[in-house]
Amino acid sequence: GVYWVDSQQKRYVPVKGDHVIGIVTAKSGDIFKVDVGGSEPASLSYLAFEGATKRNRPNVQVGDLIYGQFVVANKDMEPEMVCIDSCGRASGMGVIGQDGLLFKVTLGLIRKLLAPDCEILQEVGKLYPLEIVFGMNGRIWVKAKTIQQTLILANILEACEHMTADQRKQIFSRLAES
Amino acid sequence: MKETPLSNCERRFLLRAIEEKKRLDGRQTYDYRNIKISFGTDYGCCIVELGKTRVLGQVSCELVSPKLNRATEGILFFNLELSQMAAPAFEPGRQSDLLVKLNRLLERCLRNSKCIDTESLCVVAGEKVWQIRVDLHLLNHDGNIIDAASIAAIVALCHFRRPDVSVQGDEVTLYTPEERDPVPLSIHHMPICVSFAFFQQGTYLLVDPNEREERVMDGLLVIAMNKHREICTIQSSGGIMLLKDQVLRCSKIAGVKVLEITELIQKALENDRKVRKEGGKYGFAESIASQRITAFKMEKAPIDTSDVEEKAEEIIAEAEPPLEVVSNPVLWTPGTAQIGEGVENSWGDLEDSEKEEEDEDGTDEAIILDSIKMDT
Repeated sequence: GVYWVDSQQKRYVPVKGDHVIGIVTAKSGDIFKVDVGGSEPASLSYLAFEGATKRNRPNVQVGDLIYGQFVVANKDMEPEMVCIDSCGRASGMGVIGQDGLLFKVTLGLIRKLLAPDCEILQEVGKLYPLEIVFGMNGRIWVKAKTIQQTLILANILEACEHMTADQRKQIFSRLAES
Repeated sequence: MKETPLSNCERRFLLRAIEEKKRLDGRQTYDYRNIKISFGTDYGCCIVELGKTRVLGQVSCELVSPKLNRATEGILFFNLELSQMAAPAFEPGRQSDLLVKLNRLLERCLRNSKCIDTESLCVVAGEKVWQIRVDLHLLNHDGNIIDAASIAAIVALCHFRRPDVSVQGDEVTLYTPEERDPVPLSIHHMPICVSFAFFQQGTYLLVDPNEREERVMDGLLVIAMNKHREICTIQSSGGIMLLKDQVLRCSKIAGVKVLEITELIQKALENDRKVRKEGGKYGFAESIASQRITAFKMEKAPIDTSDVEEKAEEIIAEAEPPLEVVSNPVLWTPGTAQIGEGVENSWGDLEDSEKEEEDEDGTDEAIILDSIKMDT
């Protein structure tokens, strides 16, 4: 039996295989330095994108948001991430679009929201059309049609941590009516 | 550690939101965050919380010889420290610019405005005066340190009691708190700093910027005022050009805000005085008890949800009817997004991470399709 101890934590430690949202901080030679909220920035090679070759470089600027997964993450080495899965396809990873809002939550909330039996995401989806990306490092990127809707969604997700299921249903029903 | 960089996406979103007069936590442009003042067991110790920004203030006093050119005046000493727990960017060697700026502003606000009567701090002219030392520690940085620090300083000074002293001829007797009640400081007025953040070259302004807003602002205007509408200090940083009427407007807003904050301070001091007189329990252990880590509480954010109906109608009007909506096709090929939610993938041993992503993509598509279906 393997036990997973869930704890309340905001500080992220890179783990191999985790999908995270990172912010590009520097471009140096062949790699990008990406801040993922850990103790060191992760490195991302420009070839680690779908369809990237030495001549065909991906369009990534400093300050862009990247959704990728770690291939190397241990305490002895600098973490490395890629935006491509083991078969060479992007499958949702890569540069995240220009608009939308990025905000930070605790790691426990992310795990709760990504659990297979979590209804919060489905309820949120019924409210407005939206695009959302969860990073296991506590970062969530959300985009809705208008700024106000995006702000409402961001605040709901942050508050989900502190609300009981009943309070949450109340808020959703109130929003759905208005 | 270096500061977390601000992504282009956040900067763009914040600026667009400010253009539409929306703030991240739902405040209006001229609203302050919730201010909470709590006192410790010692006189002169207080914690001020401005939203999530926290400053701890402690006042202490000592008998020293006065400065040579000011033989009849007491000495005031202010010190603000940015603790490393306040933000990951605050490291022992690295804070100098911000630290110097904040300390200078605080000194100008409190010392040059002569809010404390330094003549009353003199015990024996030329030989013994009181040195009052105000230490402020920033415990958490969520924007607008200067406002929180100025409130903490003035609250701590108002709360402080110094030991009583009597002079008979050449003899100076210093009474302990048990012998004679300690005496409050003589404070003429309470100067409070109000910060205004400017965006887009001075077109938009916000009061009490939080940490995200501070990162994208163009310039900052700090006005220190007291409740009698006297300006004690005014400082503009960031190099933006401000028009005369903008500055006047800011000073009017500052006047209103300072009145509210001064009332709050008086109430807090009054409450604490009452509790101490009645012999009740006071101090941090009482006032911070409700914030144990197990008591998950979050303050209500006043998000405006009223407009949503109009927007929904707009969306309905603008959405084109889909030509052929295949309601729940199930694509069993691996690696493509599934349309329709929660359908088990029949390709048994996929890695967990891939499965997660597929589900995410699947739900996104389903949500968009569902909403279009609802609108038609």
